[in-house]
Amino acid sequence: MLAFILRSLWRELASGELRVLLLGLIIGVGAFTSVALFNERVHQAMTHQAGELLAADLLVQSSSPLPEAWKQSAFGMGLQVAETASFRSMTLAGERLQMAEVKAVTRGYPLRGRLLVAETSGHPKQQRQTPPESGSVWLERQLLDRLGLKLGDEIQLGESGFRISGLIFEEPDRGGSLFSIAPRLMMNPVDLPATGLLTVGSRAEYRLLLAGDADALEVFRGWIKPRLQAGQRLLGPRDSRRELTSALERAERFLGLASLVSLLLAAVAIAMSANRYARRHLDNTALLRCLGASRQLITRIFTGQLLLLGLGGSLIGLLFGYLVQHLLAALLAGLFIQQLPPPTLQPLLLGLLIGLVTLTGFALPPLLALRNTPPLRVLRREMPLPRLSRLAIYGPALVVLTGLLAWQAADWQLTLLVSLGMLATLSLLTLVAWLMTRMLQRVSPSGGQPWRLGLANIARHPEVSIVQLVAVGLGMMVVLLLILIRTDLLDAWRATLPFEAPNHFLINVQADQLVPLEKFFRRQKHPAPVIYPMVRARLHSLNGTPVDAESYSEPRAKQLIQREFNLSWMERMPTSNRLVSGHWWNRTDERGWSVEKGIARALGIQLGDRLTFEIAGQTVSAPVTSLRTVAWDSFEVNFFVIAPPGQLDVTQASYITAFFLPPGEEPFLARLITHFSNITDIDVGALMQRVRSIIDRVILSVQFVSLFTLLAGLVVLLAAVQSSLDERIREAAILRTLGAMKGQIRTAIVTEFMVLGAIAGLLAALGATLIAALIADQLFGLSYQGNLWIWPVSLISGMLLMGASGVLGVRSVLQKPPLQQIL
Amino acid sequence: MSQQKHAEGRPIVRAEDLSKQVSSPDGPLDILQGVNLDLQQSETLAVVGASGSGKSTLLGLLAGLDLPSRGRVELNGQNLNSLDEDGRARLRRELLGFVFQSFHLLPSLTALENVMVPLELVGHSDARILAEEWLQRVGLQPRRLHRPNQLSGGEQQRVAIARAFATSPQLLLADEPTGNLDQQTGRKVIDLLFELNREHRTTLILVTHDAVLADQCSRRLELAEGRLLQASGC
Repeated sequence: MLAFILRSLWRELASGELRVLLLGLIIGVGAFTSVALFNERVHQAMTHQAGELLAADLLVQSSSPLPEAWKQSAFGMGLQVAETASFRSMTLAGERLQMAEVKAVTRGYPLRGRLLVAETSGHPKQQRQTPPESGSVWLERQLLDRLGLKLGDEIQLGESGFRISGLIFEEPDRGGSLFSIAPRLMMNPVDLPATGLLTVGSRAEYRLLLAGDADALEVFRGWIKPRLQAGQRLLGPRDSRRELTSALERAERFLGLASLVSLLLAAVAIAMSANRYARRHLDNTALLRCLGASRQLITRIFTGQLLLLGLGGSLIGLLFGYLVQHLLAALLAGLFIQQLPPPTLQPLLLGLLIGLVTLTGFALPPLLALRNTPPLRVLRREMPLPRLSRLAIYGPALVVLTGLLAWQAADWQLTLLVSLGMLATLSLLTLVAWLMTRMLQRVSPSGGQPWRLGLANIARHPEVSIVQLVAVGLGMMVVLLLILIRTDLLDAWRATLPFEAPNHFLINVQADQLVPLEKFFRRQKHPAPVIYPMVRARLHSLNGTPVDAESYSEPRAKQLIQREFNLSWMERMPTSNRLVSGHWWNRTDERGWSVEKGIARALGIQLGDRLTFEIAGQTVSAPVTSLRTVAWDSFEVNFFVIAPPGQLDVTQASYITAFFLPPGEEPFLARLITHFSNITDIDVGALMQRVRSIIDRVILSVQFVSLFTLLAGLVVLLAAVQSSLDERIREAAILRTLGAMKGQIRTAIVTEFMVLGAIAGLLAALGATLIAALIADQLFGLSYQGNLWIWPVSLISGMLLMGASGVLGVRSVLQKPPLQQIL
Repeated sequence: MSQQKHAEGRPIVRAEDLSKQVSSPDGPLDILQGVNLDLQQSETLAVVGASGSGKSTLLGLLAGLDLPSRGRVELNGQNLNSLDEDGRARLRRELLGFVFQSFHLLPSLTALENVMVPLELVGHSDARILAEEWLQRVGLQPRRLHRPNQLSGGEQQRVAIARAFATSPQLLLADEPTGNLDQQTGRKVIDLLFELNREHRTTLILVTHDAVLADQCSRRLELAEGRLLQASGC
């Protein structure tokens, strides 16, 4: 039996019968696998890079010193370990006082990213992974300047004096807390006790930094979680910065989208070529049945053939995918700081599974329908086949495939949206295609012009026309969608972080400095930035019930309750925010809170709830009048909770602003800081640079990944053209016997294909625009401003693409004498 | 009879030394050798012979569906060898009608549309009306909107005949027109063919196994292994 299956499969392969099917499978599996492998590696690399902002892969943060046992356990699990302790303290040099952010670091710090220090002013910056020697400290230049010191001078910290032995230029986790107020002082932890600064009850933050392979980190994560107490939390790359997290999430969505669509397209191609294969095997099967083959035997033969084919094709696809992702990794290698981590086995296994599911799901149903071939067909070729509805055939396969994809992408929302979108698009395409063919029925082929014959042909083969319109339309739509996403959506994303995004924050601005600060900016020919008031407050009660951390189970909610909120008031909503529900106040005497949607969800706050905040011992109550989304990666000043002007006590406010400092304008900043000595400047330029470089990297990888989708789209086109080729060859031969000239047939077919292509192009443009708008809005939170050029481009490329396919498709027909095909 | 025909003028079909060679695993194979033939308007010719004797090859060469390895075919005085594929197609369109053993209707078209196709190819402005008349003539007007798979073999062959006669060809080539039909249906189809042949003075070349049918023709040509075995009435 197996020998028979193998022999017949070999014959089919040799005759080229299964070529398109195999091609579809190889490209589908190859595209999926390469994308999955590559995505995984890029994802790991990006997680790694995000880790640099933590100076570790994972860290435990605590308000009290961390148990030594934790460190030992981490060692035991094969992880690299380092510790830091940070607190705020006054530093003293002669008569001058200056607040500093003190950080004591152990050997090994930083585990990720780099710490750049120059030991003497003329010396080059060196990368360090050891703390300053005992008795010496490193400072940021800002601290040195404010205290009027130079390298080698003495600085007083608590009860100890230290020699300044180095200047800090870059510190990976410096951006970790955006609102770190003072410049950095870095010291050796052995000197800490002598300073007398860290006593019971002093506010310090202790961190245990960890790095190592993903499995060990996962083990540690599981081990530490139940041991964490109040005031202690675990931070991973995703927690490092909200700006970065959203960049990562978008990246994963972009890549996931491309991968998903490639595979669904390949499935369409496989379904189409399997249908053609089945149609061509009606006679063989009828003959087999005539010769006594049972339906069971037919089932076994085709299932066996398909499984062998699926295994072989999937393996080739895996190999193809593996090679291609290596090529991709090589192309992108220069972009990543470290080597990409090696690919893992999981995407390969999943690729194999997906290959088998796709093939059996989409190719088996039409083949299995063959077992119902009436043996009488040997005598009467016109015997019709019992037919199943398309939904019954492909429904289960679609469900299984969607499930697998969702599992792989770990993103139900995206998978569901794309799958439903595809289904809706298929229905829409089918409907419009049907309407179009109906309309073309009015075209009379009379008059002998071959183009009219071509037009009439569309209406005369409505089923073939609709299948082709839908397949080609779908293929083109996906390609267009990718182009739209690549250009428009990515541009829109990039625009959320424009070159002139604020790169400096000024905090601690006092009320009486508002006017002078604005004037200072104007005088120095800089646009005056918007200055926001800021009041520190604690959430006191929700709808009259006092809130405490214990009432929430979510760690994030607990943290939010424990920390202080920065409240602000303003008349108009910041441009980077979007109102989700409720309304923005139109009168300034209105009372209310506008709450960021994410925090509202975490704390269970709904529109209309009454929130009470405690500000310096006094409480302020108001209802929640609106919920907003905030573009955290815009680097603008953003607030979780905003009040209308007049609701909060002005005297308790300090002010904050963000502005863009063009490169080379540092002297302006120096003048500003000298002029307003109490104002603290925070430079987020380096952090932004990193976020921007990640965005750029992602865009490049999305462009690569979209190439596969393009390839899959082309296979669908090929399958669509091929699907009707047999019938066309026969028809062309009959027409030539009846006296049609080559040119007439060519014109008729090319007209038919070009008109189909034009309609498909328009359908594709319509679908792509709708879906792009939906994706932009639902997934990326961007507003999408259509794109007019895709209409003509889509129409013309549809015509050219299909026209060319038509020419190629009929070439073989026209070259052979009709006698061979007809008598 | 032959002289009588010659007196009518130029033959509508003339074949001289018509030969076809194909390559086979055992070397070149002659499937048709040195066939000569003259046929006048409204004559009917039966080509008979065993399977593989070269009947269908001869028919294909006469219709210009393929080119001979040696010799030539003239249709209405036009040497087919001097025409390219499109030229031969044009000549077929103007001169020829076809009826096949397996009907060769376009499966996606209705009976009416199948008959309209050759009319559309010549740019006939009343293709639909004419096609309807022809379907009426072969008795299939009520079934004009049926597709081939909804018609019986006999009905399909009647559609094919309507299609063949629709352009009023001077020469009609039929390849085993009753081969796929039962005797009774085949009889009806043959009667229809000859009736139309008389009405329209169409020259008829019939490839057939059917001795009765062959006897109905004014002339008869028998092939064996690609050679002309015997000709009667020629």
